[in-house]
Amino acid sequence: MADPEGRMLPEVTAESRAFWTGGFEQELRIYRCQACRSWIHPPVGACWRCRSRDVGPEVASGRAKVAAYSINHHPWFPAFPPPYVVAAVELDEDPSVRLTTCLVDCDVDQVEVGMAVEVVFDEQDDVALPLFRPVMA
Amino acid sequence: MTFVEDRAVITGVGQSQIGRRIGRTGIDLALEAAERAVAHAGLTFDDIDGIASYPGPVAAEGGFVGATTHDVRDAFGLRTTWHVSGVETSGQIGTMLDAAAAVASGRATHVLCFRSVWEATAQAAGRAAALTGKAVRASGHSEFRMPFGAASPANWIGMYAQRYMHEFGLTREQLGKLVINARHNAGLNPQAIYRDPMTMDDYLNARMVSWPFGLYDCDVPADGATAVIVSRREAAGGLANAPISIEAAGAALYERHSWDQRADLTTMASHDAAASMWETTSFTAGDVDFATLYDGFSYLCTQWIEAFGFTEHGKVGPFLDDEENYRLEGRLPINPHGGQLSAGRLHGYGFVHEACVQLWRQAGERQIPKDVELAAVGVGGGPEAGCMLLHLA
Repeated sequence: MADPEGRMLPEVTAESRAFWTGGFEQELRIYRCQACRSWIHPPVGACWRCRSRDVGPEVASGRAKVAAYSINHHPWFPAFPPPYVVAAVELDEDPSVRLTTCLVDCDVDQVEVGMAVEVVFDEQDDVALPLFRPVMA
Repeated sequence: MTFVEDRAVITGVGQSQIGRRIGRTGIDLALEAAERAVAHAGLTFDDIDGIASYPGPVAAEGGFVGATTHDVRDAFGLRTTWHVSGVETSGQIGTMLDAAAAVASGRATHVLCFRSVWEATAQAAGRAAALTGKAVRASGHSEFRMPFGAASPANWIGMYAQRYMHEFGLTREQLGKLVINARHNAGLNPQAIYRDPMTMDDYLNARMVSWPFGLYDCDVPADGATAVIVSRREAAGGLANAPISIEAAGAALYERHSWDQRADLTTMASHDAAASMWETTSFTAGDVDFATLYDGFSYLCTQWIEAFGFTEHGKVGPFLDDEENYRLEGRLPINPHGGQLSAGRLHGYGFVHEACVQLWRQAGERQIPKDVELAAVGVGGGPEAGCMLLHLA
């Protein structure tokens, strides 16, 4: 097994460490260009918009909106019993930056495009996975 | 203007035995497809001086890499002046386009291009276990999807489809009509895997995989190989088949190679590739007689319909409502062989094979019942896309 929980955890790299570990401090850390101030995901050592190499993690609000989703019904991993919602969420800071994630605390029939969500971290081994849940009114 | 100055043509195609869990290796299947394609072209292996394949020896499980160019070269003792494989290319036909450029520039004369898969057999041996049973972590392109349970292209492409449905009102029933049409055509194709007729109830009641995709929106893992011979035009005279011209090709990718960062989630790389293709030819979408369009998922086929301009962006639902648009006897027959949905996931090359046999009028019972000269071939999904306009006057 990938681990006793039956899931596949990420291989943390120098670029992705902030993203995968920020959750231990309750922070969603997303790369940002220090030249043009664009947000960048996945994290990488250059800004694809202005090509500046001056990039690094900053703390994002953790607020986002659902851009697209798929309700998965197939048991791919023991740790993810179906049905569950795979979603691409767009950051409130910049809707053109999306994270693929899993929605939690959410009725699968209730998801819709544009739904406001917020990050919640799922600590697994050496990483804290940024999952998202609906923002309570 | 024509692709690589009209110097490259297709002279033969071949397919191996195709099926589910037939218990043969991917190399064995590739060799059989190669033998058939070379013979079909009227050539011998002594004539083959180039070889190209997708994806090459990449790390993958579950029968995704049936055979590499080295496997096939070595098995037949080929003497080649040019060889290539690759996965970072424009859809599964990217290296076939490179083969055309290679013959056009004199680096080879007859190139054996192939794709082999044995996913049905390999997965029966436990791909699901391979996904979760190894002490590995998600890296590379998987790093930001696998940890969230987004394990399958059904999830990633399902999200695109959901957003398109949200924006434009495309329905499951409309996707179903495309799926049922493919199954109908497969009934006329002796090589197809699923040939029994399908009803809308069958389609709608199949188990859900990842909304909006049910089981029949997903193609079927298969064992099989396809080979295509790309030849220099001057060397193609007097062979077994009239040479098919590669009138135009598209390989553009104008955005990041990503499954979730494309600016417009209701388009894919197919739109970039097709747009770039149309810029190089005087033909237009209205000139196309039929199309073979990648349908690894039903939705991907609808994206190619739009990308080629067979209907306007956002209008593929109404296009699908009217079967006259795409049935075998209709205005623009799509996937006469049944596509990957019913004929098996031969991973891109099956669409090239079908376009060629239709142009050569060698498709048997499923031959399109009208004169066909111009075929649009679209291959790939998500950030992967390559396309061709094949012409046989």
